[in-house]
Amino acid sequence: MSAFAMLVARDLRLSVRQGGALGTALGFYMIVVTLLPLGLGADLNLLSRIAPGVLWIALLLSALLSLPRMFGADYEDGSLDLLATGPLPLELVAAAKALAHWIATGIPLTLLAPVLGILLNLEIGTYPVLVATMVVGTPAVSFIGAVGAALTLRAHRGGLLIALLVLPLYVPTLIFGMAVIGALLGPGGVWSPFLILTAISLMAVILGPIAAAAALRAQMQ
Amino acid sequence: MQTITQRLANPTQFMQLSARILPWVAGAAAAIIAYGLYLSFFDSPPDYQQGETVRIMYIHVPSAWVAMAAYALIAISAFGLLVFRHPLADVSAKAAAPIGAVFTFLALVTGSLWGRPTWGTYWVWDARLTSVLILFFLYLGLIALRSSIEDETLASKLTAILALVGVVMLPIIKFSVEFGNTLHQGASILRAGGSTIDPAIELPLLVMALGFTLMFVALHLKAMRNEVLRRRVKALQMAEVERAQAGRLAAAE
Repeated sequence: MSAFAMLVARDLRLSVRQGGALGTALGFYMIVVTLLPLGLGADLNLLSRIAPGVLWIALLLSALLSLPRMFGADYEDGSLDLLATGPLPLELVAAAKALAHWIATGIPLTLLAPVLGILLNLEIGTYPVLVATMVVGTPAVSFIGAVGAALTLRAHRGGLLIALLVLPLYVPTLIFGMAVIGALLGPGGVWSPFLILTAISLMAVILGPIAAAAALRAQMQ
Repeated sequence: MQTITQRLANPTQFMQLSARILPWVAGAAAAIIAYGLYLSFFDSPPDYQQGETVRIMYIHVPSAWVAMAAYALIAISAFGLLVFRHPLADVSAKAAAPIGAVFTFLALVTGSLWGRPTWGTYWVWDARLTSVLILFFLYLGLIALRSSIEDETLASKLTAILALVGVVMLPIIKFSVEFGNTLHQGASILRAGGSTIDPAIELPLLVMALGFTLMFVALHLKAMRNEVLRRRVKALQMAEVERAQAGRLAAAE
């Protein structure tokens, strides 16, 4: 097995066995989605209209929660130094960790979204499109998040800072995710915003690890 | 033969040069802004549709222009730091961030005050407004990241990386919000086919833009000088502490 795959597998095993991370993210997702109808009023027509946006925003916030752990635990116990001196370039280390974050957080959150959609009276026809935007958009969430996680590794109050740094960068992902849903009703068809969303994700997958690796390198000298 | 950027790598040379330039730039900025304000208030007609509120533009447009120019300067400085390790690049990036944030804030506030009588609302979730608001958040992120890391060399490198990530993201953010419709008018001065603005209004606008640019340069130079001095003071203090410690060790022997 290649070093890259081993690192991904190790991170996935850790995220399952250390426990907490996935459960917390999913629990947070459910709580946020529960709070919103309580605050906005339980009008089913209104909820049905805003459901895709609510699910997307709550997903971004939930994914944000687990970002500080992406490099944090390995930095504290020294394994990050070991990985940096190992055969794998730091860019690929960052990519492996972001990929593991996507598999361990992005995909479970995406799978939970339609279930929560029932609570929000989401229209049946929207389900497949919403899940498709999330499958395609969540890699951007993890790989852009990796940059934020790497930058705030040694910062005080890193958890709060990471939100300020990363959330503005999530704007294109969110806008095009919602544009796909909006295009369901419009005449233009869903393909063009969907393909742009895919392009944003692919760009994040390429550029995110490079920036994250540069940030990690600066902190380990 | 040294280039000017190489010579400026020596902080002493920078301090000498900037001390000579700064009063002239600051004086020119004050004079041009005073002339621009005179033009804006007394020597330009009210717009036939917007009435007197068009005068807000004379502050709004130059602020927005400086807000973007300051980010470009930060990005260039970040590149200069990461690639060429120019010693003044970090000073420049650090000094420009709060100034740029203030001008972005000014552009947002003046735009919002103008929007109320003209569009009938202080804020719309329009492409231009949203992307400038996000630019403001990027500035806040740069300042927050720098202030949360104690080690200054590390803070400068990480902030530079964030600034460059922001440069990649800014066009995408701008493009993404423009995907929807926009209320804000498009480019009016620098466009193919020439300006669409009446000369009577364009003149004060251009004068104010020049004045604001000079004001930014003056503020930036002053902030850079303060930063260089602050670093010198810190270095002197560290040297003082080391000398005191060495003295105590010698006394103990």
